Amino acid sequence: MAIEIEQPRVGLSKVAVSKTHGEDSPYFAGWKAYDENPYHETSNQSGVIQMGLAENQVSFDLLEKYLEEHSEASSWGKGAPGFRENALFQDYHGLKSFRQAMANFMEQIRGGRAKFDPDRIVLTAGATAANELLTFILADPGDALLIPTPYYPGFDRDLRWRTGVNIVPILCDSSNNFQITPEAMEAAYQSAESMNLKVRGILITNPSNPLGATIQRSVLELILDFAVNKNIHLVSDEIYSGSTFSSSEFISIAEILETRGYKDAERVHIVYSLSKDLGLPGFRVGTIYSYNDQVVTTARRMSSFTLISSQTQHLLACMLSNKEFSENYIKTNRERLSKRYDMIIKGLKKAGIECLKGNAGLFCWMNLSPLLEKPTRESELALWKVILNEVKLNISPGSSCHCSEPGWFRVCFANMSEQTLEIALERIHKFMEQRKRN
Amino acid sequence: MTQTRYSRSRSSDTEKENTGGGGGAAMRVIVPLQGVVQGRGGLVLGSIIPCALFYFLQFYLKRHRNDLDDQNNSNSPGQNSTTGSASSGKLAELPALTRNLSRGLPSPRSPRGPVSVSGRVSGIVKGADSPYYVGLRRVKEDPYDELSNPNGIIQLGLAENKLSLDLVKHWLAENAEQVILRNGKELSISRIATYLPFDGLMEFKVAVAGFMSQVTAKAVSFDPSQVVLTAGATPAIEILSFCLADVGNAFLVPTPCYPGYDRDVKWRTGVEIIHVPCRSADDFNLSIAALDQAFNQAKKRGLKVRGIIISNPSNPVGNLLSRDTLYSLLDFAREKNIHIVSNEILAGSTHGNEEFVSIAEIMDLDDVDRKRVHLVYGLSKDLSLPGFRVGVIYSHNEEVLAAAKKLTRFSTISSPTQCLLISMLSDAKFVQTFITINRERLQRTYALFVAGLKKLGIKCIKSSGGFYCWADMSGLIRSYSEKGELELWDKLLNIAKVNVTPGSCCHCIEPGWFRFCFATLTEKDIPIVIDRIQKVSETCKLN
Repeated sequence: MAIEIEQPRVGLSKVAVSKTHGEDSPYFAGWKAYDENPYHETSNQSGVIQMGLAENQVSFDLLEKYLEEHSEASSWGKGAPGFRENALFQDYHGLKSFRQAMANFMEQIRGGRAKFDPDRIVLTAGATAANELLTFILADPGDALLIPTPYYPGFDRDLRWRTGVNIVPILCDSSNNFQITPEAMEAAYQSAESMNLKVRGILITNPSNPLGATIQRSVLELILDFAVNKNIHLVSDEIYSGSTFSSSEFISIAEILETRGYKDAERVHIVYSLSKDLGLPGFRVGTIYSYNDQVVTTARRMSSFTLISSQTQHLLACMLSNKEFSENYIKTNRERLSKRYDMIIKGLKKAGIECLKGNAGLFCWMNLSPLLEKPTRESELALWKVILNEVKLNISPGSSCHCSEPGWFRVCFANMSEQTLEIALERIHKFMEQRKRN
Repeated sequence: MTQTRYSRSRSSDTEKENTGGGGGAAMRVIVPLQGVVQGRGGLVLGSIIPCALFYFLQFYLKRHRNDLDDQNNSNSPGQNSTTGSASSGKLAELPALTRNLSRGLPSPRSPRGPVSVSGRVSGIVKGADSPYYVGLRRVKEDPYDELSNPNGIIQLGLAENKLSLDLVKHWLAENAEQVILRNGKELSISRIATYLPFDGLMEFKVAVAGFMSQVTAKAVSFDPSQVVLTAGATPAIEILSFCLADVGNAFLVPTPCYPGYDRDVKWRTGVEIIHVPCRSADDFNLSIAALDQAFNQAKKRGLKVRGIIISNPSNPVGNLLSRDTLYSLLDFAREKNIHIVSNEILAGSTHGNEEFVSIAEIMDLDDVDRKRVHLVYGLSKDLSLPGFRVGVIYSHNEEVLAAAKKLTRFSTISSPTQCLLISMLSDAKFVQTFITINRERLQRTYALFVAGLKKLGIKCIKSSGGFYCWADMSGLIRSYSEKGELELWDKLLNIAKVNVTPGSCCHCIEPGWFRFCFATLTEKDIPIVIDRIQKVSETCKLN
């Protein structure tokens, strides 16, 4: 029998073993339950319906139609001219044609109310990478970013894990529809100071995830004023900008800057991506748009760690520079999302459930606080477990979004067919009926 | 804390004006203060406060000096190409960087100065002026073209392989559209559009593992479940650095080495690199004794070494690590209980008669030490597809794999590219043909180029793999120093109009060595390049 010699275990870093990746939270646990028993229209009708993934599947047909008719986008055309240059292209500036197409697309989404310079666009493999990159650039380890609650659970990982930066929440609540107030921002700033954390910036998501609502112009002005006043950065994550149900309701920070003549612009940075608006998260396309030259230069160099495949850049450059396609896509996508939203709101209302009034995004912010035994996080998680295991719906509890009020849930509606959404609503209805009877 | 940060951006302006600037600034603060203070209990406060201020000033200056040293030491962020380019109009590129900072000072817009950025930004300031980057920029501005720009600069500084792209292009022309969207069925985008595992589709891992196996002539069988895919080898190296070392720890890196390690290993991780020089007397082969010495020196300095990073085939020399050396390396790593990262990105680009042995082959035999060895691979070199961004981390260490997988969310490969390459790599016949023909072409071009240099009296280290000739041009430099080397580099760039990489960029300890990438050249180009180099070598010999 062999003698077992104990070898000293070769160690890993703190980053590798830390839990800051946050993947043990309920937000991700729900996905596990879904993975183990996924709903399927025909083969698994009693499975878990995924309503925790903010994916946009409502406009795939438009993409497919374009690709069907423009094979040169996906194959460099007959005989593949241009392939050689494309295959060798690893310049972190990114394909000029693609940056131009992105700039145009971003302008179209904002109804032409803001202009974007392609040379200020830095490309990254997804908005996840863009947010992390900006954090690396704007803050040092131990510093803090202020983020309004509730916020996207992924921020805990994306902004903190490798960067060593802290998140200090700006608390928002339902008393004013979760809007950001100067008092809340100031309180967060003071809180950071009292913990000896240097605040380097404020990060907002507009339209908001998980609220599904755009930030009003007046509030944006206040946020920018706050950033100027404290001499900190302002990052505006606008990845749902193309998913507002009505074009006129979204105000970008770019528009605010334009009206101010770009005064104080060097502290403002916009994050965008095609994962939500174009429904292409698999393509991994994100951008940083910064009005700060130093940030652009640094971000560009740092993007070496997260470049977008040149093949993908080529494909999307073709697609997005086709004005006919992009205009039609934006318009149609908006209409379809709006329709879905109406459908889910009506369905929830019938079941006696209210939601925050939303106007954007791939989800709604549902209020189940009347159903809680006690207004606590534990009660909320208990309710979430019941909905996951009995009603078989995976939705995201507000606590995973750091919501200070228990009982709110984020429910995604765009990552499934209309039929599946009907089924989900039926299940909720049944559940609520049962509750009433008990 | 706020004040110090603001002052840091201020001081680079003061620094430029006069090197004694620190003292001047201090007096401007202290004198009026003394005046205020001498009013009441003045003598005591009047002496304590200025002393305290001076103490803090010296402390602050000392810290700032260290920052400058860091900037001087950290080299160019390697492989990626140019800065400059068409965007120059709108953006302030590096020389203007400090201008931005000084511009912010009296600005009425922001009375407290420009909003500050992290310390990481300064890390790249010096890098952009390194010969590596300057050369790339110059080529971009004035690229050689046989017909349209015969006097342009010929690129020998970028490790690209253009010799066999036609093979890949041919395959694509026949197969691409089918593969990406249809996969033999109805056109459907949902397969590639939605969220996919961040560390790569399993199908793609299988295809890549198979390719890696073919590249090592089936000597190793790679397990797809131990493959983590990243957007290029660059993030693969960075992810491993994050996983294997903490801030302030170090890796041993034999030099001369790939210039990009300074960025990939150190920049955002806060990890250090300790260079372990290899010598021409050893043909720049790895010396375990040198590693040992470096390890001990690091220990004395209080630096914890977490691993060794080797490249096999090596960049820039083109050496292969022998089986014996790999075993010795493993013994060394075991003795010190550290990791080994083996960058084998050129494994498929061997062209000599020596046998290439992947460290994975050793791993298959040695069960005990599997947990300390990690392989980095990618398709940028062997398949000439740097634009597609495909990198690999291969490890038997479950913890490393688990952490690395999570980190790939920041560096995921685009799905249409994965789909395309699944098909390409699964075409075994194509892969075999490609590997064989590519090797032949590399061998031929290498032989021609080395012969050409030999005619000029320039010797190269015998290389068995990669795209480089590592040439000894010390006979042509005026002073046997980095300065002399850079003077020659400049002549080569501006007179001979060839862009090559000086050994100092690769942290070579002996001056006069240069790296020439020959895989961007056609056979026709070689005599032209040799001719041009001759112009400079003749004038150097005369001096």
